[in-house]
Amino acid sequence: MEILKNIESIRNDFPILNTKVNGNQLVYFDNAATSQTPNCVIESISDYYKNLNSNIHRGVHKLSQLATEKYEQSRKKFKEHLNASSTSEIIFTSGTTHSINLISNGFIKFLKKNDEIIVSQLEHHSNIVPWQMLCEKTGAIMKVIPMNEKGELDLSKFSSLLSNKTKVVFVNHVSNALGTVNPIKTIIDKSHQAGAAVLIDGAQAAPHFEIDVRKLDVDFYVCSAHKLCGPTGVGILYGKKEWLEKLPPYQGGGEMIDQVSFEKSTYADLPNKFEAGTPNISGVIASGIALDYINKLGLTNIKEYEDYLLDYATSKLKEIDGIKIFGESKTKVSVISFNIGKVHPYDIGSVIDNLGIAVRTGHHCAQPIMDYFDIPGTIRISFSFYNTIDEINILIEALKRASKMLS
Amino acid sequence: MKINNIQNEIVEEFDIFDTWMDKYEYLIELGKSVPKISEENKKEENIIKGCQSKVWLHAEKENGLIKFYADSDAIITKGIISLLIRTFSNQKPSDIIDSSMEFIDRIGLRQHLSPNRANGLNNMIKKIKFYAIAYSKTN
Repeated sequence: MEILKNIESIRNDFPILNTKVNGNQLVYFDNAATSQTPNCVIESISDYYKNLNSNIHRGVHKLSQLATEKYEQSRKKFKEHLNASSTSEIIFTSGTTHSINLISNGFIKFLKKNDEIIVSQLEHHSNIVPWQMLCEKTGAIMKVIPMNEKGELDLSKFSSLLSNKTKVVFVNHVSNALGTVNPIKTIIDKSHQAGAAVLIDGAQAAPHFEIDVRKLDVDFYVCSAHKLCGPTGVGILYGKKEWLEKLPPYQGGGEMIDQVSFEKSTYADLPNKFEAGTPNISGVIASGIALDYINKLGLTNIKEYEDYLLDYATSKLKEIDGIKIFGESKTKVSVISFNIGKVHPYDIGSVIDNLGIAVRTGHHCAQPIMDYFDIPGTIRISFSFYNTIDEINILIEALKRASKMLS
Repeated sequence: MKINNIQNEIVEEFDIFDTWMDKYEYLIELGKSVPKISEENKKEENIIKGCQSKVWLHAEKENGLIKFYADSDAIITKGIISLLIRTFSNQKPSDIIDSSMEFIDRIGLRQHLSPNRANGLNNMIKKIKFYAIAYSKTN
């Protein structure tokens, strides 16, 4: 296993992993919320402000040219990484939520009363609420693909929801709360047969495996840099050119215009049409560096190592009395959601935080899933390639101690 | 006992423990001993907003003093609630209104709370004061 062989040097790339919390070595298992940042990314941000800081695209001066070049290099990196047809299909936003709002808002133009849109029960609130707002504005109706007790989507039910009224389907590639990997290729193909567009929320998938938007034939694919070892505040939106050309701009401002007069303004070509105002230049450049870092390790190697951590942790967790794991799909990423007996997840989270272990507790912005299981929330642990078996052992001991205190 | 004396007492009790794990254990013990709130008072309007765990708070006035009843589905939260009840229950509305909340900071609890729980705690204290203001206007 490549990652395991190099784990010490990989961990040395992440200064935050040496942090002490309440006198204990930090064990960071909240990677599904935000991944940690390697030195090369931190240095890229620092380098930008030391040597490049300027505004991009319209500057005639050297710094602006250099910054523009680096910014556009990042776009090229993401274009290649996602296998988009051209760089004009890659839009930088402030994050996945922003990307989804950009698209859902644009769909006002295409929806009318009683049109239907389909969402899955596994969605993050970010992929529910913007579409609900769209329904309120247009009179469109939202239908939901249900899930089973393993946390898998019911595809036969999905087929029965599709009709010629369906205009857009939006599903996450991987569930943030349960880790389920959804069969998005089938969902995309079936939706297309019904004439519907598809948006895939890839925020939780992009850190774990390779994504080929052309092979998937997906209309929109969105993810965030801060889950990919990049900085916060950068989102990557892939859209098929024909869709992005049809969608109206989301925000007006500088950079997204062609000509402006008080009578009428015309918009810039892609991708600038969707990048109004000064973007997060240092963040976008650093996101490209983060992507290089991940690709150097190799997503296949990363997945292999994370699966090893997932299997080990799952079997160890099952030894704890009263544990119940939520989400037991055969296809899942390194995310485990669980509760211990009737203990409130927040209590466990508080006690193990005191021991230096960072996990997430609560509904994980996915209340429909919690309602399905009739629970207030879960404890969620999520691994990245810099986590170790030793850290999992520390967690297991801490959970046993917390469970004893709280039961 | 006066509110400030109770707060001093709580601070002294927490000083006995060296580590936060021990303090948590004490909070958990306290949580287990919170008197039960009646089911009829576990209603929507008694829920404190802003807590990750559910918290209900209800108050009644008896012989000029306010009695607080509260519950939560999380035990550490219940422990914190028990300290609030011990401090503010059976006090005169005017004393509650004039009091300042000190023990949370003095025992170092605030820095151990997540922003979410701290927000929930602030809302609990606000509600306690709110009840005191409302009851100060009734006989």
